[in-house]
Amino acid sequence: MMELIGISPQVLLGQLLLGLINGSLYAVLSLGLAIIFGLLNIVNFTHGAQYMLGAVAAWAGLKFLGLNYWWALILSPVVVGAIGVLIEKTMLKRLAHVDHLYGLLLTFGLALIFEGSLVHWLGVSGQPYPVPPELRGGVNLGFMFLPWYRGWVVVASLTVCLLTWFLIERTKIGAYLRAGTENPALLKAFGVNVPLLVSLAYGYGVALAAFSGVLAAPIFQVSPLMGSNLIIVVFAVVVIGGMGSITGSIFTGLMMGVIEGLTKVFWPEASATVIFVIMAIVLLVRPAGLFGRA
Amino acid sequence: MKSTLAMTCAAAALLAAGAAQAEISGGKVKIGLLTDMSGTYSDLAGPGAVEAAKMAIEDFGGKVAGVPIELVTADHQNKADIAANKAREWADAEGVDVFAELVTSSVALAVSEVGAQKNKISLISGAAASDLTNAACKPTTVHYTYNTRSMAVGTGAAVVKEGGDTWYFLTANYAFGEALERDVSKVVIANGGKVLGSSKHPFPASDFSSFILQAQASGAKVVGLANAGADTTNAIKAANEFGLTSSGQSVAGLLVFISDIHSLGLDVAKGLKLTTGFYWDRDDASRAWSKRFNERMKKMPTMVQAGVYSSVMHYLKAVEATKSDDTATVMKQMRDTPINDFFAQNGKIREDGRMVHDMLLVEVKKPSDSKGPWDYYKILRTIPGEEAYGTLADSTCPLVKK
Repeated sequence: MMELIGISPQVLLGQLLLGLINGSLYAVLSLGLAIIFGLLNIVNFTHGAQYMLGAVAAWAGLKFLGLNYWWALILSPVVVGAIGVLIEKTMLKRLAHVDHLYGLLLTFGLALIFEGSLVHWLGVSGQPYPVPPELRGGVNLGFMFLPWYRGWVVVASLTVCLLTWFLIERTKIGAYLRAGTENPALLKAFGVNVPLLVSLAYGYGVALAAFSGVLAAPIFQVSPLMGSNLIIVVFAVVVIGGMGSITGSIFTGLMMGVIEGLTKVFWPEASATVIFVIMAIVLLVRPAGLFGRA
Repeated sequence: MKSTLAMTCAAAALLAAGAAQAEISGGKVKIGLLTDMSGTYSDLAGPGAVEAAKMAIEDFGGKVAGVPIELVTADHQNKADIAANKAREWADAEGVDVFAELVTSSVALAVSEVGAQKNKISLISGAAASDLTNAACKPTTVHYTYNTRSMAVGTGAAVVKEGGDTWYFLTANYAFGEALERDVSKVVIANGGKVLGSSKHPFPASDFSSFILQAQASGAKVVGLANAGADTTNAIKAANEFGLTSSGQSVAGLLVFISDIHSLGLDVAKGLKLTTGFYWDRDDASRAWSKRFNERMKKMPTMVQAGVYSSVMHYLKAVEATKSDDTATVMKQMRDTPINDFFAQNGKIREDGRMVHDMLLVEVKKPSDSKGPWDYYKILRTIPGEEAYGTLADSTCPLVKK
């Protein structure tokens, strides 16, 4: 096969696949953000910290309670989601009617508190979390060695994304949720418990963050700062996709993973900024985002 | 009568104290410690470095040349501009005499510059770039613990000699990474090896799979990690996951701290060869000091933290000996006195500011060989200071008279 600007097709295929893997993590994270913004109008800056809490909960569960990876995959999102519901009930609810900026400041402050306390407890170097025994090893695809675990990350992420999309766009609960954001007063008049719905929606968004945290735990070190860099990227993904757009966040997440992966081959130094450049261009050309409604 | 005598004695004592203090500016010696308190490098430097400086001051009795020693600290967040501004403020408004620690090469380069302008001493422990005592050397700077060249000589030469003669680098894209890659490349080529290429990754980066794949595709026998802290641990994890080692390639950590090994676990890190300026379990003196550190910090010291203690101690001894905190006087005394303590053997500060001391080439133990917590390294070889840091003739520092 021919070489493309000095890069062999093997390397290129490998990078595309890796991009897809990272993209699927972006997709779950930005999906959670999009739900929270779309349904609650909250710019959830705690999302990165909640992703980190998911990973830390998985690590703590294994270390102190002996719960394995599969339990963590279910329990971490539930626990962290419950903390989310608590935050919504006690704090965010009070900010529902004021400017977005207040919610942003509150959630940003909470993120700093979560990260700071855990740095105090665990340090920054992080703790190792083993790949579950069922998913160790990998397969040689010819153009690259694919660890089973990375393959699992794509499958699990896309399944969750699809289920979430179905839940919100195709079920009755989803219809209530969407109606609640359009006109809460009217929905209340029909006898629907709107505040409960809002709390659950926030909890679900947070649970998605924690879920991706558990998925990421065996790949990266479980460290208190693992979410702080990611959150900015994920926000850019949501902005590119269109704030609050469910399908937009999923597709953009995957797309940005791939673009970032390719940048790492052609111009590695720029891989940390490429997403922001795209964000700037999208904001100039289509301020509502690629999938957003203007 | 009795009271007059007492008065006279008191007056004499005051006068004597006054005479002693005459040479010390501001009536105290003030150490300004700038470090990364909560970011990527806070485990290898950070709070542990602050504690090490406190231990040095306590062990000195809290006073030097009759005046109190004061420690101020700040978090520079690995940002050179924040560090330089803080250093300027300390020098101008707070009477700080000496800057200590200074992890992150960009920070150290900036503060060393400020130190030269304000005539304050910089005792660099955490930063690595060898530029600090070459092109960017300053008469007021001491580069104490290690540098990129000493890492390169230790690990680079050892790996090439074992047959790892083709290299690919994963390099953190800033001053330190560039310096490390350059210094190791020189050593590899000098030993008959070849450098096939490198990927410059953003600092900090979390996902290394893409770079590992590029390293695999390069076909190099050795993948050199010219980065540090969380970047190194994440890269090593990715290398394991993607079967880099099982396909016959090997990883060389070019700057690995004991805190990184602790966080990776021996299972992942075993067999890794690395160079270090200090290992707690080397001799009785290092064990005794590290045990005290461990009691206070609940972990063993990194070479950076041990270096902070040793450098602050060396500075305080020089102040005590000269009864002065004048920069030129203290620098001369520090240069003239060899360093032999729990940290350094045959240590000496050269004209270019480099503290030359013996380094250790170590290998990370297998879990089965480790006798307990923090028993991580097997010492393979002691690298003599001259070999690790080169001779003064190699230095490109303009201050060196040739």
